[in-house]
Amino acid sequence: MIAEALAGLVFLPLLAACAVAVVPKRAVGVFVWSGLLPLPALLLPLTEAVWREGLVRLAVAGFASPLGIEWRVDALALVVLWLNALIAVFVGLYAARDYPPGSARGGRFWALWLLLTSAMNALLLSADLFNLFVTLELVTLAAIGLLVIDGKPAALRAAMRYLLLALLGSLFYLLGVALIYGQAGTLDLYQAGERLGPGLLPVTALVLMTMGLLVKSAIFPLHGWLPAAHGNAPGPVSAVLSAMVVKVSVYLIWRLWLWLAADWQPAWALPLLGLLGAGAILYGSVLAFLQVRLKMMVAYSTVAQLGYLMLLFPLLGPLGYSAASYHLLSHGLAKAAMFLAVSNILAVMGTDRLDRLAGADRRLPLDTLTLALAGVSILGLPPSGGFVSKWLMLQAAWAIDGWLWLAVILAGGLLAAAYLFRPLAVLCARPATAQAADDGSPPSATGLHWSGVVALLLALGALAAGLAPAPVLALLERGLPPGILP
Amino acid sequence: MNSTLLFWLPLAVVMVSALAGIGIFMAGEQRQGLRTMLNLFAAVAKLVLVGVMGLAVLGGEAPEFRMALLPGLDLVLRADALSMLFATLSAVLWLVTTVYAIAYLERGADRARFFGFFSLCVTATMGVAMAGNLLTFFIFYELLTLTTWPLVIHSGTRAAFAGARTYLVHTLGASAVFLVGMVWLYGLTGAQDFIAGGTLAALQLEYTLQLKVIFGLLVIGMGVKAALFPLHSWLPRAMVAPAPVSALLHAVAVVKAGAFGLVRVVEDIYGPELIAALGLGLPLVIIAGFTILYGSVLALYQRDIKKRLAYSTVSQVSYIALGIGIGGPIATIGGIVHLVHQGLMKIALFFCAGIYANLLGIKKIDQLDGVGRRMPWTSLCFSIGALGMIGLPPVAGFITKWYLGAGAVAVGMDWVIGILVASTLLNAAYFLPVLKRIWLHAPPAAWPADPTVSLLEVRGMVGAALVVAAMALGVGLFAGHPLSPLNWVTGIAAGYFP
Repeated sequence: MIAEALAGLVFLPLLAACAVAVVPKRAVGVFVWSGLLPLPALLLPLTEAVWREGLVRLAVAGFASPLGIEWRVDALALVVLWLNALIAVFVGLYAARDYPPGSARGGRFWALWLLLTSAMNALLLSADLFNLFVTLELVTLAAIGLLVIDGKPAALRAAMRYLLLALLGSLFYLLGVALIYGQAGTLDLYQAGERLGPGLLPVTALVLMTMGLLVKSAIFPLHGWLPAAHGNAPGPVSAVLSAMVVKVSVYLIWRLWLWLAADWQPAWALPLLGLLGAGAILYGSVLAFLQVRLKMMVAYSTVAQLGYLMLLFPLLGPLGYSAASYHLLSHGLAKAAMFLAVSNILAVMGTDRLDRLAGADRRLPLDTLTLALAGVSILGLPPSGGFVSKWLMLQAAWAIDGWLWLAVILAGGLLAAAYLFRPLAVLCARPATAQAADDGSPPSATGLHWSGVVALLLALGALAAGLAPAPVLALLERGLPPGILP
Repeated sequence: MNSTLLFWLPLAVVMVSALAGIGIFMAGEQRQGLRTMLNLFAAVAKLVLVGVMGLAVLGGEAPEFRMALLPGLDLVLRADALSMLFATLSAVLWLVTTVYAIAYLERGADRARFFGFFSLCVTATMGVAMAGNLLTFFIFYELLTLTTWPLVIHSGTRAAFAGARTYLVHTLGASAVFLVGMVWLYGLTGAQDFIAGGTLAALQLEYTLQLKVIFGLLVIGMGVKAALFPLHSWLPRAMVAPAPVSALLHAVAVVKAGAFGLVRVVEDIYGPELIAALGLGLPLVIIAGFTILYGSVLALYQRDIKKRLAYSTVSQVSYIALGIGIGGPIATIGGIVHLVHQGLMKIALFFCAGIYANLLGIKKIDQLDGVGRRMPWTSLCFSIGALGMIGLPPVAGFITKWYLGAGAVAVGMDWVIGILVASTLLNAAYFLPVLKRIWLHAPPAAWPADPTVSLLEVRGMVGAALVVAAMALGVGLFAGHPLSPLNWVTGIAAGYFP
């Protein structure tokens, strides 16, 4: 049962992607939905197994590691798998409006979308450094394909930059993998970790791989490619890029430092990684505040929010780990909702320049609400998943007397308030000139489109994450990385 | 009452207005009848539920809703004597304000947005009232910030956004400080529910300095909403909001949530004994005393009616902090009962200011000449509120001042009498000239705006103002009645000073 579920997570979307590429147009829809909709159901037995056993292992095709490839699912992987499934399904539902499965451009879009989903699931299941490399490349390439799907010049430029930097990052990562393999004689993440110890070469390998991944996950100061890419991609693509694609790279950094190098991670580097995070939070937030386009603001907000994920390193411990993992989850939901809402605003208003959006909340009450609710979670105000992770993170910082981290977390929240309330104020503004033109016509009733409802559901999910975090936190507690004691 | 009901009752009291708010959003802008029905139905339902809960508390039962939120941390909503006081005040004033607001905004725009957030704002206020521990309090306290913002920006003008920005800068800044204090406190003590007499006193902690710093952080967190000097400057600027919002912000929701939080921190977290032992009462008295005088002096200089009332609020709300800072049973009664007294008097004043502005276009004080003859009932309500603020018996304000003075003498802080006397003189100085204009000056040839009003507007608004003015008078006249706020608060204070 578990083996079938694991295989389904990877191969169902993959086969659907292949099918979408070849079947006639009118059949595309069937394959798209049969590739996406069962994903959450497949996760149910897996969740039960992880809850019971803590770790689920599967030797693919019956060959045990190190000879064969092994898939492993622990609590963290499971949480990210859930996020991926939810994003793939919900954002997918939204995307069906912009890219109807039966249309000409829909075909390409859905093949890439399913491929991306499959690749991310495969990455999350993998426990093998080379396998992780391959899946990460697939993720990147599929993401870039989606980014340029509309052929917008700005998106093409951004995608080129993203592609070059991502390839550079891959090179660094691969170099590190080679070094590890040379030292340990295995590519299995866990076995290699056990066979290596503190020393120049393993640490060099770790640093190289981390550098590569920092580029791919756009951690400050290597974030340069992200705003243009996420800010110019089509709406649903922006959502999945910000919510998932950059996250899986951070997830890999965590895997390397907390699992592979659990016993021999260089202690001096932990605060440095934290400082990168702090820089991301402060710099990204300030830049988000300075943007004149709504979508660019949301993109810079992602730069800032990724910084919190790096704070895990200085705040290493059960609280910090739970906080960062929960942040990954709640930010994923909130940011996807935010990008979808912004994309609706862009579509209806014809622009996302903040100075042209006055009074948009009358035409788009639902999307304004979604933006605001998702903003609550990004701000880290209760009740929301963002608040839960912020609260845990503050406690973790307090417990180690990390007043610097405490200050950064709080400053990040205040800066987020600054950049999020600015667009909300614009949307609700009633300037005297626009008022006159607006008064006669009743507010349009086009607000309640199901794509808007999908975005709202994601935002509500981020809020609900703040009301019932207990099961997820308990699950994470069962799968703490080696070396972190509850 | 059976235990299931006791468990769900506090949640129902909080959620009934949230559901109304969601319903109002879904109904949309055009369905005015449905919206009005939802508004009134939820307000009445809330009042009934609060009444049922009050009976349960009177009967010695403790309704409590508890839900695990984070490992080891619960979301607790419960009804104790203090929360009943604030919950009753909010429920009563919400009903009245809803009627007033429906009439006030009869011709306005964006009413679905307004009433939706209006309901959510009351949800947050109820949550603040019923919160059984600091984390729950914080959650609803922040929700209050978020839900009042759309009300402050309601008019959508540049001035509204400037005011709203100041409001956010203050409240969110304070929330960060509050959060630090709370994380620190939880780090020291673990999760604790509010207990009359203080949770910390029971723990006998040795960290004197840390406890003082935490107290400072929490007081800043509460002090911004309670408009303690120097954190008060958002309040006059938030006056750009429509009159019902100003009334609600000043009388019940935001300012009172801050003052109520101060009461919780002093009485239910630290406890009177620990406050005295750490010497934290005096600084609070000094800040509150200064704010009282400062707010009154600035009120003197305001030409705008709502601005003058705003500075008056800055001054009056600090009576609450003053009372609990002085300590001792009598002053504490004076402080806590002012939660209710100030609420009733100030909401009457703001209702009247809104009527003047909406029907006659009067916004400045020098436009009030002779308005008493044009609008006798409204002006009567305004006068009752103003005289109560000055402290003239038998209006409610007198009782507060009496208890504060007597309480200060009882604990040997005689000099506080000086603050009270000075404040009374200042109150008279900024209210009596207004009353003189209203009643004694000759009316102008034409009013600033053409009074084309509908019957609904007049009856709804003036009726609401009459009700709250009558209540302000009533709680003073019948202060000896067993169910009067004064008696209720005496019971609360008995819990703090056994």
